[in-house]
Amino acid sequence: MCLAVPGRIVEILGGGGSAPALGPVATVDFQGSRVEVSLAMAPEAGIGQWVLVHAGFAIAVLDEDEARRTWEYLQAGGAGEMPEQLQAGGGK
Amino acid sequence: MSMAASKENLRQLVSALAEAAAGVGDMALMEICGTHTVCLFRSGIKSLMPGNVRLISGPGCPVCVTSCGYLDAACELAARKDVIIATYGDMVRVPGRTDSLEAARGRGAAVEVVYSARDAVKLARENPGRNVVFLAVGFETTTPATAAAVLEAEAAGLGNFFILPGHKVLMPALEALLSSDAAAIDGFLCPGHVSVILGWSAYRPIAQKYRKPCVVVGFEPANMLEGILRLIRQVAAGQAKVENAYSVAVTEAGNAPARAMIERVFEPAATQWRAMGSIPASGLALRGCYARFDARAKFRVEFGPDYEPPGCRCGEVIQGRIEPPSCGLFGVRCSPATPVGPCMVSSEGTCAAWYKYNLHRPGR
Repeated sequence: MCLAVPGRIVEILGGGGSAPALGPVATVDFQGSRVEVSLAMAPEAGIGQWVLVHAGFAIAVLDEDEARRTWEYLQAGGAGEMPEQLQAGGGK
Repeated sequence: MSMAASKENLRQLVSALAEAAAGVGDMALMEICGTHTVCLFRSGIKSLMPGNVRLISGPGCPVCVTSCGYLDAACELAARKDVIIATYGDMVRVPGRTDSLEAARGRGAAVEVVYSARDAVKLARENPGRNVVFLAVGFETTTPATAAAVLEAEAAGLGNFFILPGHKVLMPALEALLSSDAAAIDGFLCPGHVSVILGWSAYRPIAQKYRKPCVVVGFEPANMLEGILRLIRQVAAGQAKVENAYSVAVTEAGNAPARAMIERVFEPAATQWRAMGSIPASGLALRGCYARFDARAKFRVEFGPDYEPPGCRCGEVIQGRIEPPSCGLFGVRCSPATPVGPCMVSSEGTCAAWYKYNLHRPGR
């Protein structure tokens, strides 16, 4: 349930998107699929940086090499062996 | 790192581990994160441990630690025609005393699986004629998202969004565990993403007061092996320090904005854990100014007593007191297809992991 997945910020939309109370929103690329993510808990994150995303929120800014390693592991984990929450797009 | 190099790296870690453990007495290292449980099995790490190193699972699977009384309240709410339950998927199949959300859905109840608490807010926006109740469970990784959802619902003036408060706070539970059973645990593999929020300094009391080494680890096999190696070395040297093997994501102080969001919306409260009873300050209640989002007050439901199905030993499993095969139901009446207790239902449950990766491999 506490799984988080790394993605790369490709755009910062500013404002709060659908929730103005929650600070800036970014578009984050997860190996091709793009998701709107709140930066309320990682306000220092910038375009091009990798962030760890949990339940629609960036919770940490990551080192790029580490982010790639995590992705490789998650993908090498074998589709048949992946926990369901990953296939659903990043856990909860 | 190339595949070959990373394989070589893993091999080196495994032999370093055997070396570090050689000549040291038996030790039990506890992981307290459902995702770690699954990773340790899936990667094969569990089967690579030297004979004197036992990896045990603690109360880290959010679904498994949720008391039966909470599930019963959720089922009671699901039975209402004016309510839509929004929940993380793992909760759907967990049996309450007499009912489960899955069974309720089969009878026509509206039970929606969401990826985030914010999706539950969206659901409330899209269904103005009904009340959406989000099942707010999980540890510090998931709690900030719930807090944000409450703030979002407040800002949007939504009168039909509620939560059923069931969040857990990790540290008081660890202390309760150590107070009752300290001798059985020699060190902790601390959860990576909970620690992103808490910061590694949160474990200092465990190291200082209870003299148990703590190492924060991530979710890659090499990183988990490194964490285990560091734990074994501390145990062998009689040390009790907090080490951070997941420094790419975890800092000493953690994520302050996330914790501020939790503190703005919630305050510490005693909460019921499955089989562990009520632990002071181990849960979170909505602060007075957000109390109107509490589904219990709105719909007059209460959390009933905890309950375990006859013969089910999930309560001992989540405290690391027994391993699943010691339960008489395991693999006999209880399997992922016909689960009896939450540890077999949840994809992150210890029994489910044992069943999936161990049962048919005798000799482990």
